[in-house]
Amino acid sequence: MPTLTRWLIKTALVYFVLSLFAGFILASQAVFDLRLLPASFSPAYFHMLMVGWVTQLILGVVYWMFPKFTKEQPRGSEKLGWAVYALLNVGLVLRFLIEPFNPAGTVWGWGLALSAFLQWLAGLMFVVNTWARVKER
Amino acid sequence: MPKLSVWAVRAALLYLAAGFTFGALLLANKGVSFWPGSWRLFPAHIEFLTLGWTTQLALAVGFWIFPRFGRSRGNVTLAWVAFGLLNVGVLLVAAEGIFQTHPGLMFTGRTLEVAGAAAFLFHAWERIKPMAG
Repeated sequence: MPTLTRWLIKTALVYFVLSLFAGFILASQAVFDLRLLPASFSPAYFHMLMVGWVTQLILGVVYWMFPKFTKEQPRGSEKLGWAVYALLNVGLVLRFLIEPFNPAGTVWGWGLALSAFLQWLAGLMFVVNTWARVKER
Repeated sequence: MPKLSVWAVRAALLYLAAGFTFGALLLANKGVSFWPGSWRLFPAHIEFLTLGWTTQLALAVGFWIFPRFGRSRGNVTLAWVAFGLLNVGVLLVAAEGIFQTHPGLMFTGRTLEVAGAAAFLFHAWERIKPMAG
């Protein structure tokens, strides 16, 4: 298993636990009258699960298992692969730190826009790096 | 990778790109309001990423790696039908979400998606078996 895949899958597993824990906290608050996370954390929770866990796991497995690109570059551009990993995770963390606090109209709103841009870039870079590996034998 | 998987994975990658683009616009607009109507993209964002990307990728990889009958993948026509129905369905549901022209589009899209899922089930059922035989 390539190093990048190990990082992607291990990070995905961390998000798996964190997201379900966040879901547990959000559900507990209603029962025990706690205020550990604001209700506005729900979109962040959902994206922790669907992007941090599900999508990142898929990216890791695709990078590892899809048909080889060339003999010299079996998995496409490794640098692009690492850029995807970094941009996606920096973008995600920015989102989790900013979004729950309703930053619209403040300077933090630009941080949320930056988070959106980084994740978007990561998605497009993954598509570019994977496209040529999707081929018939 | 068989031809159908190539088509389905590439379609899934396009949905990933479109779904991430819509999601980025929604998130950015939450921070720096520049497009009040951006919430119209929300149903398409969900549809593209849950069915168009994640589900379609799973079906494509399933079609590729599930056990075969010798060299045959069974009823391949059914799998192509599933691919067609699912994608037209996803596009109709997303279009209705964005343009809100007629609820019938959503109904038709969902109908095609169910039919696509059923077609894939009938294709894959016999392939879920021990490797030998």
